[in-house]
Amino acid sequence: MNSHVPVMNQQNLPDVGQPYTRNEKACHDLSIRVRDLNLWYGKTQALKGLNIDLFQKNVTALIGPSGCGKSTFLRCLNRMNDLIPSVHTEGLVEMDGQDVNASKMDEVALRRRVGMVFQKPNPFPKSIYENIAYAPRMHDLVSRKADQDELVEKALRDAGLWNEVKDKLQEPGTSLSGGQQQRLCIARAIAVQPDVILMDEPTSALDPISTATIEDLMDKLKEQFTIVTVTHNMQQAARVADYTAFFHLGEIIEYNDTKVMFSTPAQKKTEDYISGRYG
Amino acid sequence: MSHTFDEISQQLKRRHRKSARLKWVSMGALGLAGLFLVLFFADMLSKGLPAFQQAYINTEIRYSEEASRDGRQAFDEDLIPLISRTEVRVIPLQLRNNPELIGTSEQRWMLANSEVDQYLKGHRNRLSDQEKAEIEERVAAGQVDLRFNKTFFGSGDSKIAENAGILSAVVGTVMTMIVTLLIAFPIGVMTAIYLEEFAPDNRFTQAIEININNLAAIPSILFGLLGLAIFINFFGVPRSSPLAGGMTLALMTLPVIIISTRTALRSVPDSIRHAAFGVGCSRWQVVRDHVLPLAMPGIMTGSIIGLAQAMGETAPLIIVGMVAFIPDVGASFTNAATVMPAQIFTWSGEPEQAFVEKTAGGILVLLTILISLNAFAVVLRKKFERRW
Repeated sequence: MNSHVPVMNQQNLPDVGQPYTRNEKACHDLSIRVRDLNLWYGKTQALKGLNIDLFQKNVTALIGPSGCGKSTFLRCLNRMNDLIPSVHTEGLVEMDGQDVNASKMDEVALRRRVGMVFQKPNPFPKSIYENIAYAPRMHDLVSRKADQDELVEKALRDAGLWNEVKDKLQEPGTSLSGGQQQRLCIARAIAVQPDVILMDEPTSALDPISTATIEDLMDKLKEQFTIVTVTHNMQQAARVADYTAFFHLGEIIEYNDTKVMFSTPAQKKTEDYISGRYG
Repeated sequence: MSHTFDEISQQLKRRHRKSARLKWVSMGALGLAGLFLVLFFADMLSKGLPAFQQAYINTEIRYSEEASRDGRQAFDEDLIPLISRTEVRVIPLQLRNNPELIGTSEQRWMLANSEVDQYLKGHRNRLSDQEKAEIEERVAAGQVDLRFNKTFFGSGDSKIAENAGILSAVVGTVMTMIVTLLIAFPIGVMTAIYLEEFAPDNRFTQAIEININNLAAIPSILFGLLGLAIFINFFGVPRSSPLAGGMTLALMTLPVIIISTRTALRSVPDSIRHAAFGVGCSRWQVVRDHVLPLAMPGIMTGSIIGLAQAMGETAPLIIVGMVAFIPDVGASFTNAATVMPAQIFTWSGEPEQAFVEKTAGGILVLLTILISLNAFAVVLRKKFERRW
């Protein structure tokens, strides 16, 4: 076994299956550690004792049938669930050695390091430029106009949108096509230089060509960022993800190297799901 | 079991007839409402427009020694009953202030008595036949005429009909509305922002919400009583002042502004809030930078409509003493003042025929301002409406 591969605590991971041994070049530094995470919507338990390690500069896909808790889990990672009054969370979500749910953790600081891209493209109803520049300016990452211009250009280049919009930066972000809007949202997220980008079904509202563009983009972005993406599309998970976690009824049934998971799933449920028998 | 087209259309005919009937009934209702509106406007215009013109008499004024004691001496004897008492009264004062005028004379248009005015407009009047003949003669000579009524737009109330104007009421309304807006807009908008964006959803906030909705439906005169009890009696705000009236109307306008602001905030899609939270905005930054700019047209429209409603309000102002005889144009927020609807109310109670057209004229001015405000609200909404 490669020495870089962290040894998962098997006691904490009863049903996770055999953790992966993937390409040895891949970085296996820990980004987010989740232990015994439970979440309730009112009295309904939506997440049940989740344990998972998310690795830096990899794409991790969360798959599973509708209502299995994958999006809910994703929102635990930047505490977006705080916005829903009835939600109650227990357990550990640890990033950089700190519990993100601790009372001293400021959710603004957390969201600065853990950016998010949503299912439906939701650019601000402002100019393309302002969509990117707003957050860095708010976080005091830039002060001079020239720095700001540079940052906007870099974010748009990284999101593969620069050539399409460089001549119309002052036009509203909402005037772009759906796929462009989603890339604008990705550019907006990476403009504050986060460590992690969460993507909640980022391509489900897009056509196949835009989807392919976003997938290529994810492949490039993982050189800089840790990406956690929720997807309904198993081919997409197989194409873009280094690791895949299969959720079912609020539990992680299996978490493994994507290739391993799709070729030799350890669990019967996983096999049924990825072979299209249900879900 | 299947039906032929004929069977089905037979059955459908009844249904179509029913919907046609409903369509005609609702169109009839609309037509009736439109007819009433047209009648109302026609009546107001026919009664009110003449108020914008007033009879004037062109004559020579002789500033003599006698005139400085008795103003009537400045005019021809047969003109004296036709000229407005206000003009006659002013002459001795004028001469006392400018003694060098004595001995000179002047030819100009003098305000005529309201009886002359009513006679020229073909209304009931108390002129004698001799006076009528005198007027006819001077009309023929071009010395008596209906001219634009500067007094109506340029001066305050008066017991002398031809001297009564709406300016003091307009100024009073403007000052009252400034007070109302300054109090109700910030408090209302902040309350709505708190309730909609910050407050937890619990029994307490639900109770507040129900109470606000109920407040909007409370008879306005009760707000007047509240204003009298709290602002005037307890805090000692001067009675009849724009401050007291504005504060009272602010109470009445608050629920309207709160409700419309909440509606405007609620219509901002959550995806915008999520996007803002997602890039690390604090709650206040989300509201200030993203939600408020989108909700602003709705907030402004609601506030303007609330303000227009307050502007037409009379009942609460009667209680705080704003239905008063105010001849002078208001000087400050604590001086006694009156507002347009109160002025109209006062005039409508005057027995003289000349005040009937003043009443209608006042209504026209009020309606014009209200319609302009509402049109402004519509324009504002159209201009700032954005898609997202």
